[in-house]
Amino acid sequence: MRSLYISLTSEFYKSRKSLAFWAAIVLPLLICGLIAFGYFNASERILKAKLPPMALWGQYSSQALAVMGMLILPFYVIFMAFSVNNIEHKNDTWKTLFSLPLHKLSVYSAKLVYAMLLVFICLGLFLILTFAFGHLLHLLIPAYRFDLYDPLMLLSQYYLKLFLASMGILSFQFVLSLIWGDFLKPMGIGFVGTIAGIICANVHWKYAYLIPFSHPTLAMRLGSMRKSPDEGIDIMTREIWVSLAYMAVFFIAGYFVLSKRNIK
Amino acid sequence: MNLAIETRGLNHYFGQQHVVNDLSLQVPPGSIYGFLGPNGAGKTTTIKILLNLLQVPRDKVFIFGKDLTTHRIESLARLGSLVEQPAIYSHLTGRENMYNRCLLLGIRRERAEDMLQLVGLSDAARKKAGKYSLGMKQRLGIGLALLSDPELLLLDEPTNGLDPNGIIEIRNLLIKLATEHGKTILVSSHLLAEIERTATHVGIINKGRLLFQGTIGDLQQLSKPVVEIDTNPPSRALEILQEAGFAPQLTEQKLTIPYRSPEDHAEANRLLVAAGLAVYAIHPMRKDLEHLFLDITKNN
Repeated sequence: MRSLYISLTSEFYKSRKSLAFWAAIVLPLLICGLIAFGYFNASERILKAKLPPMALWGQYSSQALAVMGMLILPFYVIFMAFSVNNIEHKNDTWKTLFSLPLHKLSVYSAKLVYAMLLVFICLGLFLILTFAFGHLLHLLIPAYRFDLYDPLMLLSQYYLKLFLASMGILSFQFVLSLIWGDFLKPMGIGFVGTIAGIICANVHWKYAYLIPFSHPTLAMRLGSMRKSPDEGIDIMTREIWVSLAYMAVFFIAGYFVLSKRNIK
Repeated sequence: MNLAIETRGLNHYFGQQHVVNDLSLQVPPGSIYGFLGPNGAGKTTTIKILLNLLQVPRDKVFIFGKDLTTHRIESLARLGSLVEQPAIYSHLTGRENMYNRCLLLGIRRERAEDMLQLVGLSDAARKKAGKYSLGMKQRLGIGLALLSDPELLLLDEPTNGLDPNGIIEIRNLLIKLATEHGKTILVSSHLLAEIERTATHVGIINKGRLLFQGTIGDLQQLSKPVVEIDTNPPSRALEILQEAGFAPQLTEQKLTIPYRSPEDHAEANRLLVAAGLAVYAIHPMRKDLEHLFLDITKNN
């Protein structure tokens, strides 16, 4: 555990000045900021619809959720998986990492856990900023009445589900980025996979739940809503279990590849 | 007494290529072991094997008497290394690279400052390592290797890219580490002269095979120096020196006699001048690596 902890601390230390780390903060800030700005600017038109507070929260928060779940999240996850490994490929530092008195499994796990943490931080910030900007909008334009409904539980469940749905892609892309040091192969496969995954999910292909790249889109379907919004959504749906199963399989496969591999 | 490094009949392949061939290294503790060989001889591959970066079977590599494959962490904790180009994070400063390694090794940060000072990078510590010159990167790599105060140092061509002053500093540092701090150092190089100045023991490798292993004294026995005489005409000089029993050799208009003592080549000079020959220069020469390889190969 100590090896894992110090490897994780080192991952943070060496990537804190990198694009990968700042993307986790800047991306939600930018998207949520733009959506809030749009709601501030177009308030008259939006208020004309006279939506009840719950529906207004639903409309407002789904802007970020839809963009993130459908398109940005898979690409963001692919980029994260690439970045945590690329820092070693680019600087030729795998040989240093594996010649230190640390367990290979700890070094490897720390990288995957760090990538997961970055995705978690990013989605957590989406949740916090969606909520905070909603209340800020209400302060600036009191007619919005964002104070009359509390969406926090429902939003938390959706973002948690998105996070779990991204684990299959993350672990798959992580193994690809571990094997290949170049940008094109993992990103190319990820790009094609994402497009294929979205199409398969949108055409309701019955086996789409088996494709990791379809999971975020499937996770965002309203079908997983329970009887009423107050009861929240079903988080552990079929695609989430498959996503977690992929993570376990790719985690073991990645470590097997790494432990048998010569560091040239 | 356990050897610091021991390999027993070590072999390694890259695909079909046999890059390390039946290698049996024996590095005594406290020695500076010069690992000598031309580019592509298998030096870096061997060092990577010693760091467990390349897969090897059991009972082939021993660090301080313990099998590396079964005592990996324990062995690596006693090692510091610099392999090929220094592996440093180019987006971090020199100091941050040191701090990151301190984190990984569980060492206090003060030690990083000491190492930066030791390798002469205190003033450049705030500069991004990517903007360092090759020599500065090499110094930082050596500093990183020394950070954990390891008992055994594996340095792969550590003077690469250094200026003459830097080379002398590193050479003196290696000698100091071995003599004053009892460190064992394996240093690879393709320069015989470089190894001769620092090493106590030498291993010569070519095409993956260990051609020679012994003390520096043993090597000097093999690397018999010669005295080159620049004279005109060399053919006449050859006759004169042959008559006087100097065992001269003339190859490609270069006249050489075996080095015995300064008095000996002063005598050769006197004979040539007395015979009316112009002597432009007389200087002792060590055999270069290529010729030494030829000699060693012949002897084997």
